[in-house]
Amino acid sequence: MPAVDVRNLVKSFGDTKAVRGVTFSVEEGEFFGLLGPNGAGKTTTIRMMTGVLRPDSGSITILGMDMRRSPLEAKQKMGVIPEVGNVYPDLSGRENLELMGRFYGLKRQERESRAEALLKDLGLAGRGDDPVKKYSKGMRQRISIGCAMIHEPPLMFLDEPTEGLDVQSRRMILDKVKAMNKKGSTIVLTTHNIEEASRLCQRVCIINKGQVVVIDSPERLRSTFEGVQSVEVCFDQKVDCSLFATDKCVTRAEEAGDKLRIYTSDPDEAVRRIMQLRDEKGLKIVSMTTLGPTLEDVFVKLTEGKA
Amino acid sequence: MNYSIALRGIYVTARKDMRIYYRKAPVFIFGLILPTFLFFAFFVGRQLDVPTYFPGFLAMALFFTSSSVGPLIIPWEKQQGTFERLLSLPVSIPLLVVGDTLAGAGFGLIISLIVFGVGAAFLPIAIPIATILALPLLFILGNVCFAALGVALSSPAGKVPANIMMLAALVRFPLIFISGIFIPIAQMPETARIVTYFSPLTYLVDGLNNCMGQTAVFPVLLDAAVLVAFALGFMLLASWTLNRKALKGL
Repeated sequence: MPAVDVRNLVKSFGDTKAVRGVTFSVEEGEFFGLLGPNGAGKTTTIRMMTGVLRPDSGSITILGMDMRRSPLEAKQKMGVIPEVGNVYPDLSGRENLELMGRFYGLKRQERESRAEALLKDLGLAGRGDDPVKKYSKGMRQRISIGCAMIHEPPLMFLDEPTEGLDVQSRRMILDKVKAMNKKGSTIVLTTHNIEEASRLCQRVCIINKGQVVVIDSPERLRSTFEGVQSVEVCFDQKVDCSLFATDKCVTRAEEAGDKLRIYTSDPDEAVRRIMQLRDEKGLKIVSMTTLGPTLEDVFVKLTEGKA
Repeated sequence: MNYSIALRGIYVTARKDMRIYYRKAPVFIFGLILPTFLFFAFFVGRQLDVPTYFPGFLAMALFFTSSSVGPLIIPWEKQQGTFERLLSLPVSIPLLVVGDTLAGAGFGLIISLIVFGVGAAFLPIAIPIATILALPLLFILGNVCFAALGVALSSPAGKVPANIMMLAALVRFPLIFISGIFIPIAQMPETARIVTYFSPLTYLVDGLNNCMGQTAVFPVLLDAAVLVAFALGFMLLASWTLNRKALKGL
């Protein structure tokens, strides 16, 4: 039984079709990523899956329960970290956690012990009784994550959970989510951070203009696009990208910090061209690396000109 | 529907509202200070038969207090970004509406019981035995009805609580003038009386008049039945409006 099964999901806002027939399923215990450019329909899709929005048509099944027929039972089994899902600023971190525990029907003792353990795990043990309005953004997001985890759900939806956070909070949140996945929870994550998705997700679904473009594992997607390889070279002097513009073997060249990144379908030919340029211009190579396509390359390739 | 999850959702929503919103400044201003000023403006320093007007004043206090919490909750939650989280919890829009209504009714019940207690202690109020059971029923129904009105008023709201508090005041003020608080319904001309029939507050004032030995127009059971109908109507209206807003994307 899939943890999430979405069939032909459609949602419009006025004349704008935000989601146009999205279909995918997520297996139990899987770490699944939803990727797409801004306005692709990721958040609308996740909002429909979590019961925040009602789809115009299509079906959503959560752990075997139909979201239309049994929304309360389905929502009982999930934890959600919404994109703008804040916590109550008038309540303390502990009170927020316990409030969510009440909504999920946890008994008092269980609620209190889990809130205590979560505060410790999330690095907020000393601040648990302070009102959330005195917390930093990272601390608020940590409490928000705790609120979604208090009932230890078998399914978690995370909508851009690390957006705009400091490195420490981001790491803490991702470690916590990874630990939940290891314990068997299914995770559905939307993110702009392709590197994050590539590192965490077993499969990713790329959505563009409200439609599924591709669903596969990050590794397989990368291997599909072997043609999008690149050579990264750093010279001892600044070299203009336009020097590679006329080369047949070069798809495009761009500056990447103090390096040049040359995209090619033939790395061998590209390296020869770089060496030739070195000799012609009397340059010195500081470093050179050949790279396979990143998930970002795949993402750009699949969505370019369509966003 | 799983009734145990539904009842828990209502209870936790109401409890959360009581914990957070009872202490908000707009609730004090529109729910306590405003009716107190109105009391001083209309009842103090005038040669009035206080026991005659006490049911009307009690109804006004109950009306303002119970309808002051509801208009605040949804806009406040939308502004803080907690409304979206609530919708992803095991609770539905109609259950949230009932929970918010009960929280508003609780606030109204506390304050109106204090007002009633003070009135009963210092004024010569006689409660006929025949209506003694109807009084708590009217207190509960009146509070639920006007708390639901408060929630219904806030249901089309955006993210600015101040806007909806203004709108709520605009709706609530005319009602106190057409509900027999300042001029007993029995003394009104027929055309004015027809207007009062459209106000839910009329039936609370009339019911309290009935229970406190004053002149009433309708039987107390009819007053109670109309309050139930208005309460259900307001809750259905609030749920329908919020569901429509959810369809359009909150």
